Amino acid sequence: MTFSGEFLAFMGLALVAIIGGVLLLNLTKVVHMVVALIFTFVAIAGIYVLLSAEFVAAVQILIYSGAITIIMLFGIMLTKHDDESEPKTGKWRKLLVFLGIAGFAFAVYIGIYNFNIVQVPTTLHENNTMQIGKALYSKYIIPFELTSALLLVALVGSIILAKNEKKEGDSE
Amino acid sequence: MSSVPASAFLALALILFCIGLYGALTKRNTVIVLISIELMLNAVNINLVTFSKYGLNPSITGQIFALFTISVAAAEAAVGLAILISLYRAKKTVNIDEMDIMKH
Repeated sequence: MTFSGEFLAFMGLALVAIIGGVLLLNLTKVVHMVVALIFTFVAIAGIYVLLSAEFVAAVQILIYSGAITIIMLFGIMLTKHDDESEPKTGKWRKLLVFLGIAGFAFAVYIGIYNFNIVQVPTTLHENNTMQIGKALYSKYIIPFELTSALLLVALVGSIILAKNEKKEGDSE
Repeated sequence: MSSVPASAFLALALILFCIGLYGALTKRNTVIVLISIELMLNAVNINLVTFSKYGLNPSITGQIFALFTISVAAAEAAVGLAILISLYRAKKTVNIDEMDIMKH
């Protein structure tokens, strides 16, 4: 395995992503956890750039480290935000969950650790956004339109769910 | 051609998925559980984009799938947060252990 610049970039980004995830598990304050996860999301955007998916990387930064993080911070702010994430879960339960996940990780890792897939030269990095746009508006037009309907339904549904319905009893 | 093997990307996605799964199963704050689920969806996206580049006939389809996953995940986060806020209004707690009215 050669230590090219690409490999070094991959190692750095993967390290930042995993450190962000581990901090998510170990920090005590809820806001700190969300901020730690921003590092993970930005590092994953870098991984997408390495995989010649520049448009997905831009969308990742916009949606995840922008929108979803902010919406989660709003959720923390609107609820009880001063409590520590208390560690009074049963030790045995945590241990059992950890063992189960370790078993799952080991089973999947056996499948992928020397996974040799052929690699052919690609043209994905040339005009990446144009390729995505062409595919999205020709081959995947119906899922694209369904996604817009899904987003509308989610918007209306979440407003109705979060709406304060106190005045039903008062005014009627 | 990339000098990083595909299994390195898959292993990174596996580690992030396991971190997200552990967080979703052990954390008590519902917001953190939701954001752990987002982390798991991100790990899946890494796999999709990896297989859009590697393999015998690489194509743009994997990246399109990743974009659809991102939009569905955003909708899921919004609806989950709305449910959380209306639950908080009713029960004054975000502790996931106390949200058990459907259990009894």
